[in-house]
Amino acid sequence: MEPINIVNSVIAPLDRKNVDTDQIISKEFLKRIERTGFGRFLFYHWRFDEQGNEISDFVLNKPEYKNSQILVAQDNFGCGSSREHAPWAILDYGFRVVIAPSFADIFHNNCFKNGILPIKLTETECDEILAKGLKAPYDVEVNLEAQTVTGNDGKVYSFNIDPYYKQMLLNGWDEISLTFQYEDQIRAFEEKRVVY
Amino acid sequence: MAKNIIEKIWDSHVVYQEAGKPDLLYIDLHLIHEVTSPQAFEGLRLAGRKVRRPDLCFATMDHNVPTKNLPTINDPIAKKQIMTLAENAKEFGIELADMGHPDQGIVHVIGPELGLTQPGKTIVCGDSHTSTHGAFGALAFGIGTSEVEHVLSTQTLWQTKPPTMEIRVNGKLGVGVAAKDIILAIIAKWGIGVGTGHIVEYTGEAIRNLTMEERMTICNMSIEAGAKAGLISPDQTTVDFLRGRRFAPKDENFEKAAKYWLSLASDEGCSYDVVLEIDADEIEPIVTWGTNPSMGTGVSKTVPTSSDFDSESDKSALQKALAYMGLEEGQPISSIEIQHVFIGSCTNSRLSDLRSAASIVEGKKVAPGVKAFVVPGSYSTKAAAEKEGLDKIFLEAGFEWRESGCSACLGMNEDIIPSGERCASTSNRNFEGRQGAGARTHLVSPAMAAAAAIEGHFVDVRKYVTQQV
Ligand code: SF4
Repeated sequence: MEPINIVNSVIAPLDRKNVDTDQIISKEFLKRIERTGFGRFLFYHWRFDEQGNEISDFVLNKPEYKNSQILVAQDNFGCGSSREHAPWAILDYGFRVVIAPSFADIFHNNCFKNGILPIKLTETECDEILAKGLKAPYDVEVNLEAQTVTGNDGKVYSFNIDPYYKQMLLNGWDEISLTFQYEDQIRAFEEKRVVY
Repeated sequence: MAKNIIEKIWDSHVVYQEAGKPDLLYIDLHLIHEVTSPQAFEGLRLAGRKVRRPDLCFATMDHNVPTKNLPTINDPIAKKQIMTLAENAKEFGIELADMGHPDQGIVHVIGPELGLTQPGKTIVCGDSHTSTHGAFGALAFGIGTSEVEHVLSTQTLWQTKPPTMEIRVNGKLGVGVAAKDIILAIIAKWGIGVGTGHIVEYTGEAIRNLTMEERMTICNMSIEAGAKAGLISPDQTTVDFLRGRRFAPKDENFEKAAKYWLSLASDEGCSYDVVLEIDADEIEPIVTWGTNPSMGTGVSKTVPTSSDFDSESDKSALQKALAYMGLEEGQPISSIEIQHVFIGSCTNSRLSDLRSAASIVEGKKVAPGVKAFVVPGSYSTKAAAEKEGLDKIFLEAGFEWRESGCSACLGMNEDIIPSGERCASTSNRNFEGRQGAGARTHLVSPAMAAAAAIEGHFVDVRKYVTQQV
């Protein structure tokens, strides 16, 4: 997993609530057995019309946001299905950070396993960032070590993050290798586990 | 100290605990299906790892499988995914209920049917509706593919203990009102984010009175309320359901297990971080009109209007949803005409669901212009229904009777609702495009779906039920 600490980018303002994983990656793209290559299918039915042409007024299709690495949305981002294809698509498209007032649990977990930083800011802060980003391209610097998002207007937004997941992201750790260090504890647990 | 069931199960599964870290939890049962597992097995292969406890895994095929003309799969990519699971199961020594196998079915239908799902277990699956298994008093939750890989290789997961929530459903449910209506009412009342970050226990008289299949419908949709998991304390209903099932303990062991299971029920006087209450007798049959499961209302009511909402973002969500759904503000729910009826999915495809729908359609005909089909949740549900002659009732009424699988719940196979057309569906998600690009989904109970099939639009199913009594 790619370590992550500082990300400088224009934000992509996706001004929607309850963005579900069916929208992030539609079921017709779930049949692949690889982890990669999902980026071109991200938000497919919002980005493309039925003929496969770009829908020009969808935010990600606007030239000013095309190279954004930071997606900002409203409440309850990533709700719905557990499909990890959703964070895979987000990452493969080029995003490293998603900012929202709240995230659905499984999506939130999935981000950490893939080197994506999910940042929770308050609803007011997200509204403010979205408003700025919709008015004119808004560049920010995300700093995971310092737990801040700093706008090019000087505004600093601080966020909280679980220290364990912070370390994982900063170091790009593979969780399974970490868990193998607890082999003795797992074996001991299995020995006293009651099975009827 | 009095503990709730969530705390009891959690505490008894902690393998390792350290301040500042999530807990390392042991996983008792890992269910696997074809869509969320290939990348996990590939990860194992690349790292040269093996499956730690193949005996605690069970795999089936459900999301992609065709529901007619078996065993042909026309879609080559779907076929590859299905074959990949078969190869992975073989390579890693995991029991698989393959297509055409008598145990095959939707993963959340077969787990309980086979008795794999038991009280007190920690159960995971790369699927958000794993919460279904909570109906047995198990701690069951959906995980992503990286976590699937983690469980395969270590049989554990790092988990931060979530806050707990009690949703108490008081009183008695009216005649013709289903378990599906309870959970849709809960989500309509408090929204799809109400449970976010929590594990929910459903309690109260109305919940106690439910059968196991009905309890599964409730726990199934916990995820639509945003919860990580939802469960119900085990009682005699739970024990009776499990007796004699293939993977349930046998003879003396069963009695011992039953005693242990009953001891897991939440203690008198235990507490929760959040408590919500709803009265069952307030609940009427519900129809969703929008593009998330909280956008639902009683069948006797109307589609909301802008003036029903205070915030701008709610008003605009209403407009977006109505535009997608092709509905007008204030339109009566009963005036919504449907073109498709889907009875199936891990929410409502069990024998009692099929019985309830069949009791409505018996001796009647599907309305002209409506295509209706039934997709039993598992091969064995299908066989049991056929033994009772339910297939004939549906076929005579003009329904199609299909093989088991997820089918039009998410339309990964060929069972897709065409753009702009409406479906009364017993599934759990009405997101944009869920049943096909541009398809319009209305979530309802099996009886409500059946009644809509007969009349061509939504009707209050209680009218049928009282007629029968
Ligand atoms: S029936 Fe629907 S919700 Fe249930 S597991 Fe299958 S796709 Fe998921």
